[in-house]
Amino acid sequence: MPEHTFRLNGEQVTVDVADDVRLLWVLRDVLGVTGPKYGCGINVCKACTSHLNGKAVNPCAIPVKNLKPSDEVTTIEGLPATVGADLHPMQQAWLDQDVAQCGYCQPGQIMAAVALVRKVAEESREITDADLDTIRNVCRCGTYFRIRQAIKAGAEKM
Amino acid sequence: MIEPLSWVVAQVRGQAEGDGAERRFAYMTGAERSAPAEPGGHVVGRRRFLGYVLAAPTLVAAAELGTAPPAEAGIPSPEPTELLDLNDVMTAAALPTSGLITVEVHTDGTVSFALPRAEVGQGITTSTAMLIAEELDVPLERIRVSLADARPELLFNQLTGASNTTVSTYHPIRVAAAVARGRLLRAAAIELGAAVTDLTLQAGVVTDLVGRSIGIGALAEKAASMTTQQVSVDLKPREKFTVIGTPRGRVDALAAVTGRKKFAMDLDVPDARPTMVCRPPTINGTVGSVANADEVRALPGVTDVAVISTGVAVRAETFGQCIDAVRALRIDWRPGTVEGESDESVLADLAAAEPPLGLPPLTPYVEEKFTFHFRGNSALEPNSAVADVRSDRAEIWASLKSPIVAKEAIAASLRLPPQSVTVHVTEGGGSFGRKLFFDAALEAAEASQKMGKPVKLMWHRADDCRQGRAHPMATSRVRIDYLGSTVLGYKQRHTSVATDLGHGLGEVFTALAAKLPVGDIGFSETFFQLSQSTPYEFGLSTRLLNETDKGFNTGSMRNVYSPDVTCARELMVDRLAARMGRDPYRFRHDFLHDDRSRAVLDKVADAGGWGRAMPAGTAQGIAFHSEYHSVSAALVEIDCRPETVNRPIRDGVAGPRVTKAVFAVDVGLAVNPRGLEAQMMGCVMDGIAQTLTSSLHLREGYFLEASWDNYFYTRQWNSPPELRIIVMPTTTGEPGGAGELGVAASMAAVACAYGRATGTMPTSFPINHGTLSFTPKPTVPPVPQSPTDGLDHAY
Repeated sequence: MPEHTFRLNGEQVTVDVADDVRLLWVLRDVLGVTGPKYGCGINVCKACTSHLNGKAVNPCAIPVKNLKPSDEVTTIEGLPATVGADLHPMQQAWLDQDVAQCGYCQPGQIMAAVALVRKVAEESREITDADLDTIRNVCRCGTYFRIRQAIKAGAEKM
Repeated sequence: MIEPLSWVVAQVRGQAEGDGAERRFAYMTGAERSAPAEPGGHVVGRRRFLGYVLAAPTLVAAAELGTAPPAEAGIPSPEPTELLDLNDVMTAAALPTSGLITVEVHTDGTVSFALPRAEVGQGITTSTAMLIAEELDVPLERIRVSLADARPELLFNQLTGASNTTVSTYHPIRVAAAVARGRLLRAAAIELGAAVTDLTLQAGVVTDLVGRSIGIGALAEKAASMTTQQVSVDLKPREKFTVIGTPRGRVDALAAVTGRKKFAMDLDVPDARPTMVCRPPTINGTVGSVANADEVRALPGVTDVAVISTGVAVRAETFGQCIDAVRALRIDWRPGTVEGESDESVLADLAAAEPPLGLPPLTPYVEEKFTFHFRGNSALEPNSAVADVRSDRAEIWASLKSPIVAKEAIAASLRLPPQSVTVHVTEGGGSFGRKLFFDAALEAAEASQKMGKPVKLMWHRADDCRQGRAHPMATSRVRIDYLGSTVLGYKQRHTSVATDLGHGLGEVFTALAAKLPVGDIGFSETFFQLSQSTPYEFGLSTRLLNETDKGFNTGSMRNVYSPDVTCARELMVDRLAARMGRDPYRFRHDFLHDDRSRAVLDKVADAGGWGRAMPAGTAQGIAFHSEYHSVSAALVEIDCRPETVNRPIRDGVAGPRVTKAVFAVDVGLAVNPRGLEAQMMGCVMDGIAQTLTSSLHLREGYFLEASWDNYFYTRQWNSPPELRIIVMPTTTGEPGGAGELGVAASMAAVACAYGRATGTMPTSFPINHGTLSFTPKPTVPPVPQSPTDGLDHAY
């Protein structure tokens, strides 16, 4: 089988897996990194949201062959290290607001939130309700309101 | 007051002590229950209970789960829920079969408890830890609550449903913790050479009068018992609570936000490889023949292909390769159980099955029929289970709300004795009723047995939508007759595709059917009667359920019958109020049975600014619902103006926007107000979805929906930017049910607001069901391929 190499949460990893296997399964089934969740497999529910070179992506829609050796994949497990702390400010905001119910979608929600806040900051503006409305991540427990509050609070600490 | 009949008295196990009075709980009528209780108002005499210390190397304290015996038989009543509701039935069913639950104190100063319930997001591990922390005076963070494996000796005491967890465990868990506390104090007295009465236990440390102290970890072995003993304990009075009733964050929050929380598919069970099932194109179709099993078995990563009861299971190195294999299979399918059926044909069957309302009254009346389409109760975590089946034993891991029934069913399916099947209950990624069933666990066991290997079986999202459980389609006809300002009678006829209650609740009712005050009627009708009531002074009320069984995969979706029944009722209350020239809020206020109900209604009207001037095309709606010994009210504001309804949303439904929701809830006593608030927030989102956007469309024997972008559960763009949950102060002093409570009033309030904003009362739900807002995915192959353009959508 072909070898693929990329950076995962700060470390170079190499996997032996077919070219077209999506990154989600490489992470979960091959590497045992289970923070990114399966919720649809078609880039709709966003439960697997992770970062590629700092931007939000959905690993269920990325064949592993599309990754370059220098590509940095960050999952929820690696998010705190990006700020050199035990918890990223957005994770702390999630705790402060007690957002999670079942918790299944929350790693993806947090990764999406961090990317959204960064994007808005790059546009030199404050996050608005209209920005929050663009988040597509599904939460079947319906934690949407606390997610909105947590993102606003987390954005101030980022 | 119907005094003698209104008291369903339950005696706590054991004999009275202290003042000699019998210790009793009294389940009172709605009217009585509504009155603010005296401290300890449900208990006569001192709060003494019996528990156990078990023989063990470290301290293990125990109590019996289930403290109320069956209700008295033969109570005639037009309103059974006033005497006992579903929670009482479940609590009552528990007693004769109950086993022990145990609180264990460890030498590291932590305390552990295996909760015989499923945590699926409702926060019961947190509220349970709070009960123990309260009674034991140990910091919350030192309480470890895990989920118990299936324990057949508990029988119906291991069913998570009907918002019953806190109701049925509130006393037993505290009794066990109080027993542990007493033992720790006695052990400390010996260690410190002090009298027990001179000791205080605080924050996990026992201190004597001169300041010497010893931690509970150091006492864990000393407080242990060589023999099992029965002991009596006092429970802490409510006025001394410092944990119960205070807002606390979830005990699993850190695990959730760091990705460390483990769900079934995250477990590392040796050699359990990803497994998926190629499913039929129509509901419950079966495999005729497989044309290319060998070819698929040779695909990259694939290890096994096996025909199972529900389709063809494939096992591979990754789920991606399972998807490839499922898509590659060529199968000749046999028809399903609802072949050729569509929304229209089911509606026609429901119409034919509708129980008659009787002749129209001679007095004025309002009457309407409402339609509620199929809805999916998929959680975000799809149906999934790990199974390791060997020739002589099996081990299963899954989120299960009825693990004992699952264990027995799996054992029967595998032809193994039940004691050879171990069923572990994992943390669940949502349930909404779905995890009352164990469809994936049964399949995983079958696949593992046929393949002779451990499997990690997961349903694809498309499977979960199309072959998973659904909330049944239903119609509800309501007639209210009145004269002047008096309401003379309320009739509701609810006709529904059958709700599958075959997960254990049915057996509870079987056991108790003869004892219930509802006569000789079926399980579903019993459930219906016990969960529904008319909270208004509407004269003679009758509600009937009739079911059609069309071979659908159904189940109890969060709040079961209540959202639809309540939505229909509250809309008709609005119509009646309008007919009488009354304000919808004032009308409800004046007709509600009791002060406790009026308090939540008044609260939302006040906090939500009922009656404020609003632009054309926008409006407020208000609704009330009581169940599970709890009361709730919702006020919402909705924007139905064209610019809002038609705002562009990619691959989604915009529609009217609920711009504000205010929800007031009185559960009697909220163990964790912060958790209760979270549950009500979720209920509001469910209510919005059920009124405005979410349904399944049945065509030619299958549901068209196969994705979260087909099944429109509330998304951020549908959620109210302004949301306020108000947890009312303690009233009854006993916790009522909460996890499902808020859906009904929320759904109804959104519907009422929509009717007032548009000037047309909605009668078919969700309101957008008539418009198909997506292109249905193919049914063969049954699952879509994953996209490859993920890098193009980075942000």
